[in-house]
Amino acid sequence: MAIDFLVHEAADGVGVVVVEGLKANQEITGWVMKEDETVKVKIVSDIPIGHKLALKDFAEGDTVMKYNTDIGRVVAPIKKGEHLHVHNVKTKRW
Amino acid sequence: MENKFLGYRRENGRVGIRSHVIILPLDDLSNAACEKVANNIKGTMAIPHAYGRLQFGDDLDLHFRTLIGTGCNPNVAAVIVIGIEPLWTDRIVQGIVKTGKPVAGFSIEKNGELKTVCDASRKAMEFMQHASECQRTECDINELWVSTKCGESDTTSGIATNPTVGNAYDKLYEAGNTLLFGETTELTGGEHLVAERCINDDVRKDFQFYFDRYDKVIKDHKSNDLMDSQPTKGNIEGGLTTIEEKALGNIEKIGHKAPIIGCLEKAVAPTGPGLWFQDSSSAAAEMVTLCAASGFVVHFFPTGQGNIIGNPILPVIKLCSNPRTLRTMEEHFDLDVSGLLRREINMDQAGDKLLDMMVRTANGRMTATEVLGHREFIMTKLYESA
Repeated sequence: MAIDFLVHEAADGVGVVVVEGLKANQEITGWVMKEDETVKVKIVSDIPIGHKLALKDFAEGDTVMKYNTDIGRVVAPIKKGEHLHVHNVKTKRW
Repeated sequence: MENKFLGYRRENGRVGIRSHVIILPLDDLSNAACEKVANNIKGTMAIPHAYGRLQFGDDLDLHFRTLIGTGCNPNVAAVIVIGIEPLWTDRIVQGIVKTGKPVAGFSIEKNGELKTVCDASRKAMEFMQHASECQRTECDINELWVSTKCGESDTTSGIATNPTVGNAYDKLYEAGNTLLFGETTELTGGEHLVAERCINDDVRKDFQFYFDRYDKVIKDHKSNDLMDSQPTKGNIEGGLTTIEEKALGNIEKIGHKAPIIGCLEKAVAPTGPGLWFQDSSSAAAEMVTLCAASGFVVHFFPTGQGNIIGNPILPVIKLCSNPRTLRTMEEHFDLDVSGLLRREINMDQAGDKLLDMMVRTANGRMTATEVLGHREFIMTKLYESA
């Protein structure tokens, strides 16, 4: 089965798009690498290759996990299937 | 993996994979003389740079370590040093002469540039003909010192390309190679994972010292959260959102098996096999220049958006898994591991492909950066000159 996005592990809240041209309202297929599982998500934004989609709803102030590790804080609400990037997530460090 | 390759065994026993004769300026104002010599004597290479005047303290020590280390690197067969005056020029020469390789210094004051170029060219001609007769001989793979640094990373780096390097590092660690990683600020968010990998509390304490020292530089000078600098514009375009996310991808390069056996100051050579951390900038050319100055002879450079950097003496093997980058910038890559993203190959196979490319490079295959003429030699500068 063709893979549209990858997830490092099931505990992560985000997936990484690995194909070009994904458009809002498409149902896309992901591979959770550590657990070797397949998941499907309907995306609600256009998401470029390399960019992330939210795998669940996030509220402002939530922590985003990737590699099962904290990668930053949510600064604007994010819906499952939405593009998650610098407009809604910031570093906690600098 | 092959366990033998054909390399150049130098006078001090170290093994190189190239046999360069370099024309090395002590300082910025000797660049022109070095370039004239390299133009006169075919096959030699000038390594111009921007510094060497009125530096002092730790910054001056690093300047000398970088130039001496570059001359000592086993990928270099012989060295001509040119400086504006004789005393610091000789300090470089004396640092390199300990390796036993041919080295000679020339200075411009009281001679003028043209006479200096004439004298240095005669010696460079002798060195080039000597180097041209150096023969490759059979060497063990574990005699290769291998360094890594990623650049213009994106999320495909962390998910596929950097883990490919990690898989290769695991295998090289088991083979007994000497391995290096660094990029101090680019561990931010994952520094606890690196600390856990240190072999004992002494090494962990050293690591934390270097990490905290660099973190203070960021905090003392930052005017925002470093967005567009670290992560870079290219990182963000490629989908990386925060320094934490970038760091976790970066750390994938050190694999899972090797403990970190020691931490090194910039441009200091390791003292034995195993995985070493070196305090260093995350700017590609600065870090790779430090790897070369620390004695490393082959370099793994994974990239996502397509960092095209090379080094004058250290062959840089470029690997990528981002299909858009591979399609639009094909000529810059030695290895395509995009099959990982399509589940066509597994990580073990990707690591083996990289090791196969490493052996081919060690045997003489020119990397994309070498063929394209990328010779970025960028010295790290710690603070203003006096």
